[in-house]
Amino acid sequence: MLQRNTGLTVVASALVALAWAPSADAQAGRDYVYIVGSSTVYPFSTVVAERFGRGGSFKTPKVESTGTGGGMKLFCDGIGVDYPDISNASRAIKGSEIESCARNGVTEIIEVKIGYDGIVVANAAAAEPVSLSRRAIFLALAKQVPGDEDGKLVANPYQRWNQIDPSLPDAKIEVLGPPPTSGTRDAFVELGMEGGCQAFPWIKALKDSDENRYKSICHTVREDGAYVEAGENDNLIVQKLEANPDAFGIFGFSFLDQNGEKVQGAAIDGAEPTFDAIADGSYPVSRPLYFYAKKAHVDVIPGLRGFLREFTSERAWGEDGYLTYRGLIPLPDEERRAVATAVNALTPMSVASN
Amino acid sequence: MVSVSITRAKVEAGLRRRHRREVLLRASGLAATFVGVAFLAVFFASLIGQGASAFLQTRVALDVEYSAELLAPDGEFDPQFADFDAVVRNSIRERFPDVRDRRERRELSRLVSVGAAYQLRDRVVADPSLIGTSERVWVPASADVDMVVKGKIERDLDESGRPVSDRQLAWIDALEADGRLEKRFNTALFTNGDSREPELAGIKGALMGSFYMLVVTILLSFPIGAAAAVYLEEFAPKNRWSDLIEVNINNLAAVPSIVFGLLGLAVFINWMSLPRSAPLVGGLVLALLTLPVIIIASRAAIKAVPPSIREAALGLGASRMQVVTHHVLPLALPGMLTGAIIGMSRALGETAPLLMIGMVAFIVDVPGSFTDPATALPVQIYLWADSPERAFAERTSAAILVLLGFLLVMNLTAVIMRRRVERRW
Repeated sequence: MLQRNTGLTVVASALVALAWAPSADAQAGRDYVYIVGSSTVYPFSTVVAERFGRGGSFKTPKVESTGTGGGMKLFCDGIGVDYPDISNASRAIKGSEIESCARNGVTEIIEVKIGYDGIVVANAAAAEPVSLSRRAIFLALAKQVPGDEDGKLVANPYQRWNQIDPSLPDAKIEVLGPPPTSGTRDAFVELGMEGGCQAFPWIKALKDSDENRYKSICHTVREDGAYVEAGENDNLIVQKLEANPDAFGIFGFSFLDQNGEKVQGAAIDGAEPTFDAIADGSYPVSRPLYFYAKKAHVDVIPGLRGFLREFTSERAWGEDGYLTYRGLIPLPDEERRAVATAVNALTPMSVASN
Repeated sequence: MVSVSITRAKVEAGLRRRHRREVLLRASGLAATFVGVAFLAVFFASLIGQGASAFLQTRVALDVEYSAELLAPDGEFDPQFADFDAVVRNSIRERFPDVRDRRERRELSRLVSVGAAYQLRDRVVADPSLIGTSERVWVPASADVDMVVKGKIERDLDESGRPVSDRQLAWIDALEADGRLEKRFNTALFTNGDSREPELAGIKGALMGSFYMLVVTILLSFPIGAAAAVYLEEFAPKNRWSDLIEVNINNLAAVPSIVFGLLGLAVFINWMSLPRSAPLVGGLVLALLTLPVIIIASRAAIKAVPPSIREAALGLGASRMQVVTHHVLPLALPGMLTGAIIGMSRALGETAPLLMIGMVAFIVDVPGSFTDPATALPVQIYLWADSPERAFAERTSAAILVLLGFLLVMNLTAVIMRRRVERRW
């Protein structure tokens, strides 16, 4: 009897749980800020969230790392407590995303440009420092490279760095980098490889005449093993570089910043990947980072206004702010002030700008 | 006679070969076991080698002066505006009064964790009479100091190549010589939620998230799984339909877990509009995931009850219902619980389905209910492994050790239960 009774109790409590579950509407009064989006902005967003939460007046915001595209999709799904308040992005919002947002009633979006992130090509600290050009990066990593005459492409024949440029090391081309799903990869391809692509006048001319062909030449990474997709975990790439001094790796500046004694960044087009060079724009492979907030959620979700203020405060994103210790490259003073003023006035982005 | 000796000759001719084969089989079996054990040993050695140090955290002793000027500037103590950062800064500067340069002072302040100010604030909030007094407090040192003290940052490298400067190293040495720097047990690892400061980061939030999820999982999957198993074994007619169901259950047990996550996203979040990132939804998804495992284990346990027990009970006039609840279930229960525990330990280690339902997130506050946003232990490990800060590497290993500890306890319970309680026939 005893056994049967306990069994029944368990069954009954499970049924209660089931019956109660669908009616639960726990987000009805969400009292924390909900952030989604880019894994590149995640390290910065979380630091601000934590500082903001420790301030004591509001709960700590929840930050989900979904990738820029996934975050935008969730963000644009609608207005209300079920939907995120902020979406982090490692690129500007696309026109198509603004449209899909508008279809779901998300019309007033506040755009916050938070700073820059440099993408570095690094090798082990024990190896020789290298200076690369974007042209060399393109020739080393593109699937097809220009042949002898203009307009002709050949499958990438380069196997060793010094075949591209005699001043480069006599080592096999082996580059560890992120997979195509990564925003870092997108930015590297656009800024690094496409930049090198434009060193060839006839390819550059294609941009106007045949943009698809131009993109497929400049953006296609070789698949013969010289470029190794190493997953999204940048720590893993750092470890592999330590073990193999001939290999290069591609990752965000913050990882170089934190692992300065294990890996060194290659100079690109003569500019070393340093904090200052990225900030003043002389380092060519860097991109702006953003987040987007819903104006309609301000003052509805407790803490959202405060979070915006915290993120755009000098102590966070300023020249000496705590985000710089995490590797964020701040905006120039004037632009920073302008963005902060616009954000605190809750000025939404004009749709026409995109 | 002739035929016997021929047979004997034949056997003897092949005997050496057979013996050799037997030795070979044994040797390869032994070698395989050895390789397996060796891999396990390497795995544990590297985890413990990396992670053991994370259970200690460097702390620094500060002579704190709770100056009323900083904490209650207009006579009233308000934790929101009291400048505890300045209190911490002043107390470390007091130890190194020669440091005047602004840049150097900033470097000096960075020896102490930002958590120190929160710790002092909590102390003063608990006891406001401290204002105006002084005391010596042990506060966490910053993660970089911790790494230097633990020898994980090499001192003899060039200054540009390491995250701490020469000046900071000198200060660390001075503090150590004073006895103001000590490695103590890292309680924060077990009492704090997640943090982006490695020295403040803890697994309590993730542990509570995992706990709430497993409660939901076991409450749903065990009763449902047990009931399904009883029906399928004791009552269901054996026909094409029951075969089909059986095949499907076995199939479901092998479905990749991410698929359950997608199902959870579509059904629980989009259709039933349950909250994202909640242990409730995580538990529901994991219940679906463990259900087939529990059904299969429970059916095996019920099948193992000898038919003679059922027949004897029926012969004495028991109803089918009484046979099941008085005899079969009590005898099969240890086996069913073992299956449930193994299902639970699988659920504890899952991350993939949680990705889809928003539980892979940075959540600082420790969840206090089934609907608070939460992560789970394996998710925490994944998030830390992906962090750029060096000190998270050892904490990742430490969290893995804790997870392995839990899995070990659960699986051990299952083994002991099987040994002790199960009746053998």
